[in-house]
Amino acid sequence: MKRGFLICSVLTGLLLVYASYQALAVAPTERTMGDVQRIFYYHVPSAWTAFLLFFINFVASIQYLARTKPSAQIAAKWIFIAIGVAGAVASFLPPVQQQLTSFGMRPSALATTAIMLPVFYLLLGRWFPGEKLDILAVTCAEVGVVFCTVVLVTGPLWARPVWGIWWAPGDIRLTSTLVLWLIYVSYLLLRRFSNSAQTQMLAAALAVSGALDVPLVYFSIWFFRTQHPQPVIGGNGSIDPRMLHILLLNWLAFLCFASLVCWSRFRLEVLKREVEEAYAMESLGDPVTAGPSMPLKRSAP
Amino acid sequence: MNPIKFLFAAYIATWIIHGTYLGTLVRRFGRLKKDLDELSKNHKPGN
Repeated sequence: MKRGFLICSVLTGLLLVYASYQALAVAPTERTMGDVQRIFYYHVPSAWTAFLLFFINFVASIQYLARTKPSAQIAAKWIFIAIGVAGAVASFLPPVQQQLTSFGMRPSALATTAIMLPVFYLLLGRWFPGEKLDILAVTCAEVGVVFCTVVLVTGPLWARPVWGIWWAPGDIRLTSTLVLWLIYVSYLLLRRFSNSAQTQMLAAALAVSGALDVPLVYFSIWFFRTQHPQPVIGGNGSIDPRMLHILLLNWLAFLCFASLVCWSRFRLEVLKREVEEAYAMESLGDPVTAGPSMPLKRSAP
Repeated sequence: MNPIKFLFAAYIATWIIHGTYLGTLVRRFGRLKKDLDELSKNHKPGN
């Protein structure tokens, strides 16, 4: 396990260095913004990674909430399947197809996303049964906040030389991203400082409502007038193919990095709960349960 | 300010944020390891 982690870390490190080199030295220089546009190769992949992590947190939180009642579990599963099927069918209806095309979106892309939703939901429940769902949720929220912080820091650093201002007050893309960050910071604070037995349920409920901000952030530039540039993929914007390759390479590198960080954070949470359990057993005066059954030799990655 | 400085500031800021977070993870692992050592010491036969 430790060796596998080490090998993955080295490979990810090399990929990150290569992707950064491509972004800084190989990618073509944008005509109007110049070299400062290269912030794009860190800003956009960080945003996509944060959205993906918040989405995993959302699905894990729904499953965690639904597992309390078998009927809720079945209902949630069928709701996800229904959304997937309805989304896929609706994508190919002529009026929807027309609307999507006017926004520069491919119906097949939307249909694939819709189908992936129930598949992802079912797989997550299988891979992370019981309490592991809650551990996964907190892991993804924490790492997602880190990536969202990168977005909020690199955004103004890109905006200042291009727009002439650090922040556009009232701009829906910027404001909704800040709100998203605040929601997940609140989620983490709730988990950190609440001692109630209901904390995990409350946090899961907050995560489900908080995740609704993700589509608002993503689609805000499609439906509202904003200072933020239009989407370069799946929208009406366009991008040089070489830039697109380097953008995707950087996203792959960030995804590998995020996976490794999530892996470590997941193991940290498992270990933390085991230690808490052992201390609880010890305080109950049960050395037999607290002692030998604990995997005390388990090493951190 | 030269625009290129904003580019480097963004890249450096990104890695400072990730580095700080990784630092907190390492610190938390260290703290847990200490707790585990303490627990295993308390449960050695004869204690």
